[in-house]
Amino acid sequence: MATDLAPGGTCAVPIGDHAHVLLAHGGGGRLTNQLIDGLFLPAFGNPSSHAHHDGAHLNLGGARLAFSTDSYVVRPMFFPGGDIGTLAINGTVNDLAMCGARPQFLSVGFVIEEGLPMDSLRRIVSSMQAAALAAGVTIVTGDTKVVDRGKGDGVYVNTAGVGLIEYDGLIAPASVQRGDVVLLSGDIGRHGMAVMAAREGLQFESDIESDCAPLVEPVLELIESGVTIHCLRDLTRGGVASATVEIAESTGLHIRMNEHAIPIREDVRGACEILGFDPLYVANEGRFIAFVPEAEVGRALDILRRCPVSREAVAIGAVLETQGGLVTLKSRIGATRVVDMLSGEQLPRIC
Amino acid sequence: MKFIDEYRDPEAAGGFARALRRITTRPWTLMEVCGGQTHAIVKFGVDELLPPEVELVHGPGCPVCVTPLELIEKALEIAAMPSVTFCSFGDMLRVPGRTTDLLTVKARGGDVRIVYSPLDAVKLARENPDREVVFFAVGFETTAPANAMAVFQAAQLGLTNFSILVSHVLVPPAMEAILSSPKSRVQGFLAAGHVCSVMGFTEYEPPVARYRVPIVVTGFEPLDILHGVYMCVKQLEEGRAEVENQYARAVRRDGNVQAQLLMREVFRIVPRKWRGVGEIPESGLGLAEPYAPFDAELRFGVASHTADEPTECCSGQIMQGLMKPHECPAFGTRCTPEHPLGATMVSSEGACAAYYRYRRLTVPQQEQKAVSHGN
Repeated sequence: MATDLAPGGTCAVPIGDHAHVLLAHGGGGRLTNQLIDGLFLPAFGNPSSHAHHDGAHLNLGGARLAFSTDSYVVRPMFFPGGDIGTLAINGTVNDLAMCGARPQFLSVGFVIEEGLPMDSLRRIVSSMQAAALAAGVTIVTGDTKVVDRGKGDGVYVNTAGVGLIEYDGLIAPASVQRGDVVLLSGDIGRHGMAVMAAREGLQFESDIESDCAPLVEPVLELIESGVTIHCLRDLTRGGVASATVEIAESTGLHIRMNEHAIPIREDVRGACEILGFDPLYVANEGRFIAFVPEAEVGRALDILRRCPVSREAVAIGAVLETQGGLVTLKSRIGATRVVDMLSGEQLPRIC
Repeated sequence: MKFIDEYRDPEAAGGFARALRRITTRPWTLMEVCGGQTHAIVKFGVDELLPPEVELVHGPGCPVCVTPLELIEKALEIAAMPSVTFCSFGDMLRVPGRTTDLLTVKARGGDVRIVYSPLDAVKLARENPDREVVFFAVGFETTAPANAMAVFQAAQLGLTNFSILVSHVLVPPAMEAILSSPKSRVQGFLAAGHVCSVMGFTEYEPPVARYRVPIVVTGFEPLDILHGVYMCVKQLEEGRAEVENQYARAVRRDGNVQAQLLMREVFRIVPRKWRGVGEIPESGLGLAEPYAPFDAELRFGVASHTADEPTECCSGQIMQGLMKPHECPAFGTRCTPEHPLGATMVSSEGACAAYYRYRRLTVPQQEQKAVSHGN
């Protein structure tokens, strides 16, 4: 590109056209989306796959299925509140739940590093067994590979899953409408900060535990109670900010959130303040947002609050009448700003 | 959260804003020096609460931004060496040199690590005697004491595989450079509270007397900034020019004397290039003679390397308060955080990056109206 050339013969870095994959390409922000839109979708995309949604909606022999897959590369493998095994089960289970499906069958693929203590593997498998039981899914097929020592962080896990869609309408960004209210199932930022503290050996006054949990129960409760649901999204990498921005951008709608309404535990806020992180972008593994019509808010919140995993559910915003394709946030001091997607991962700042 | 929520209280913010409106009778241009303050102003929308007469312009106080291109190039060269473990604070990793950045060096196999304290790098050097551990010592007076401590400890431990690449800058000389410019629009400063918690604020007394410009030592929370603006405007309206301390809960007049002693032991004052601004005399720190063996530039033979800035970038004007980020023709088009043309877009604390993140997309009109009516 001619515009990349600055005067004086120097050439600024064209970060958009990387010759090598960066960690940020997997960070869930702009670069991840560039990779999906620029490489994967042109090659693999098809109308039924609902790109940028948590899973695909498929019709198979008259049944409506949700299908999803995810790979787990977390370091360290064990962290307060969970491990790579619980993540691998709950992550895929939650992706299916976000399609309005009852998750049923999972596959599991292990890529194990030579030298991994057998006890660690046992512990991970036992967590997976417990998580599958809790989520009501059966692990029906799997695969095992072992790679040379030094070529992996102990173990990587991939899971894929299918579930039966139990909701009559389409739960997807395309169904979001003006006037919808955005509900959040609980406090945010715990998983990201728990893993970061465990990985970097950061000591806080109290242990921050991951929120890793299956979200099947509240979603199925909403469906069974007949609540109209337009869209569900679990908040993983990129946090509540990236999830809402993605939905706003893909629908062209304007979502307004109220910063004050978003629950964040005090220890998580403190850790974020110290590292210069914005909790809106920090990862979660047991939280979701739901877009429902305003008339359903009271009932939906009642139902969510009866489920332990979503007992702190709150309304955090709404889809406005104004033109958009963007997310705005009423700040704590009452001013308004735009919420954007990050380019890559948040990096701890200098001062 | 204690000591945070109190300083983000919407009612108190409204109270400060009303008080400020009452005392403001004419236009004033103030500069907040620190990138952390700029970030808070834009993130919380503090400027939306100010009376229209009061304009905030954004100063040079982002250490990542002002680290000169040639030091980034030196860092990239050292980090790519197979014998080196290169340690840095996280936000330096994305800062582009001429053709690459540290994250890309890492992706290509360089041993580049994020650390949270320079002392972690010293620990790495102790644990890995066969590796050359280099710490990228960037920052203002806020990070200098910890970096001085790292070198001091390494010397005490007799480590021969630890060194630092020094890019320390000092705030008061940069403020003086802005004040002495005939083009300067700045009528009052909000000084960077954290710098003053280390250095105190006696350094500001001579320039205040010389240039008759008020300087208010200010914190980083929205209410701190509103309070700092109020104190500064009050001085201007009353025709006073003094050093005042808004951030008294963290800053004493003499600062942290022990930290200053350690800095003086390990560092000496040197001229320093500021990315986007140019060289400012006596505005940086380098290692003092007895600690020269810990200087990564000497150890790896990169001291003489130079690199010139691309000339398209307006960051120099932005950091001197002569221009706002969105007034630059390249803002948000040819210059973005993914593809920064220069200093103020490279770090999340930089003024252009803050505007890009929080102001690039305009808040729809009707919502803005609702906000200004106190919604």
